[in-house]
Amino acid sequence: MTRLRNIFMTPAAVLMLVTIAVPAAIIGVYSVLSRGAYGGVELPWTLDNYSRLIDPLYGGIMLRSFAIAAAATALCILLGFPLALFIAQSGARRNLYLSLVILPFWTSFLIRLYAWMFLLRDTGLINTVLQSLGLIRQPLPLLYNTGAVLLGLVYGFLPFAVLPIYATLEKLDTSLLEAAADLGARPVAVLTRVTLPLCAPGLGAAAMLVFVPSLGTYITSDLLGGSKTILIGNLVQNQFTTARDWPFGAAVSIVLIIVAVLLMFAVRRRGEELL
Amino acid sequence: MEDILELRGLSKQFATHRVVHDVSLSIDRGAFFSLLGPSGCGKTTTLRLIAGFEAPSAGEIWLNGSRIDALPPFRRNVNTVFQSYALFPHLTVLGNVEFGLRHASVADAQQRVRRVLEQVQMSDKQSRKPSELSGGERQRVALARALVLAPDVLLLDEPLSALDPQLRKQVRAELKALQRQTGVTFLFVTHDQEEALALSDRIAIMHGGKIEQSGTPQELYQKPRTRFVASFLGEMNWVDGVGIRPECVCVSLDSGLNARPGRIVHTTFLGPHRHIAIQLESGEIITAQTTANAAFATGETVHVSWDPADELRLPS
Repeated sequence: MTRLRNIFMTPAAVLMLVTIAVPAAIIGVYSVLSRGAYGGVELPWTLDNYSRLIDPLYGGIMLRSFAIAAAATALCILLGFPLALFIAQSGARRNLYLSLVILPFWTSFLIRLYAWMFLLRDTGLINTVLQSLGLIRQPLPLLYNTGAVLLGLVYGFLPFAVLPIYATLEKLDTSLLEAAADLGARPVAVLTRVTLPLCAPGLGAAAMLVFVPSLGTYITSDLLGGSKTILIGNLVQNQFTTARDWPFGAAVSIVLIIVAVLLMFAVRRRGEELL
Repeated sequence: MEDILELRGLSKQFATHRVVHDVSLSIDRGAFFSLLGPSGCGKTTTLRLIAGFEAPSAGEIWLNGSRIDALPPFRRNVNTVFQSYALFPHLTVLGNVEFGLRHASVADAQQRVRRVLEQVQMSDKQSRKPSELSGGERQRVALARALVLAPDVLLLDEPLSALDPQLRKQVRAELKALQRQTGVTFLFVTHDQEEALALSDRIAIMHGGKIEQSGTPQELYQKPRTRFVASFLGEMNWVDGVGIRPECVCVSLDSGLNARPGRIVHTTFLGPHRHIAIQLESGEIITAQTTANAAFATGETVHVSWDPADELRLPS
């Protein structure tokens, strides 16, 4: 049995090792090397790439990235929880609604972001309609700001919040909800005292699945945020492309990975305490 | 005695299926009342209608003098012990028992919790999670969680069915003692006739969504009004259209007045007594109860007889 399991596990384990562990190790090594004149890396070994991160400029980018990722996570959970609850209580229509939630995945995220640009820009659908209705004179600045980035993140990652929350709600024993009502709890109290605590693992997973990719995003901020909204992801991208400072880009990436892993452990521990 | 709970013409229809049909009954304050019937007879739905988890299609529910059938579950002063116990897995025993008190305004909450935990002998395990408890302990916590709110009626949905048979008899005695001790009216749903007979002051037997008959256990056993009730409670032989209980049938090697000849098909040893199946000349098989040591052998020809006063003549 164990042998059979090992045989089936091997391909996935090898794939994970090669595509995650090896690149992470390379990035780790790059981050303590020096910058090459035309990109790439050179000796000597150094920790300068990390000490440069203390610069308030990068601190600001980090802070902004964390704030946007946290806001996107909070919004995805606030929007995703009621949606997941609704789907879980929809009986036979559950599967229909679930496929609607994952329907956007059938189109490339990039194309969907361009669609948002067409909606939000000065000559886009929203501004054109509002102007032709005479509601506004000047186009609203909908695109190329932090709000647009947040919108793109919430839009893109909402399904990642809905699905794990749905998975825990769907398994929730309805007699527990009946028991709570039976013991005098009003619907709001049933929600806060039974449904939410029992849904904590799903909420934790949802938070991870939205927060981590939001923290590292660069496409959304690049397309919807314009040049004003630089996030960690854009910083890393710039170091490896235009700035040709691979070691510094690698150091930023390593910090990002460490933060994500620490958060994951924190969420898991909290989840174990609850159950 | 005064009624604490009264159902008047209660019906529940799911789509085209009528699960509860014109059920009327009244339950005395402080009674141990059982709803007994085979699975699918509507007994659990009746309980859920009283708790408020389902809305009746027709009829009224009166609790302690006021009509409650339109109230949501959290406004009804009844509490339920679920078949699966439905303990909150994220809360300790204490947390489960205190759950309902948060929504009730009682001055002596702490005292009540302590007392009820003592009554169900769970004081020393109050900081355990439900996952760390045995089946019997979970059942006691479910009882404590409901009883701490001093409900007008405690609704119990087959609370013993999840326990193993060894434990069931012991818990049965504890349950009865707890009911007497607390004085709370119990409405107990079960499909186990032995359980209902042993525990109840009164029983209502349900069949096909309707109440066939209600009365004391003795009345139902000795004076059943329908064939269903007669067959469902204990064992019953049907010979020439009349019912006769196995313990009323005499088996003898000699023929006598009114005795019918027959051949023993098989005998079953049941510990304190023995059941003997006898095929009569008409082809009908009748079961007689004898002492455990009665020396009858399969294939033997015997004569069966009974006192006509023990015959039950019931419409089919």
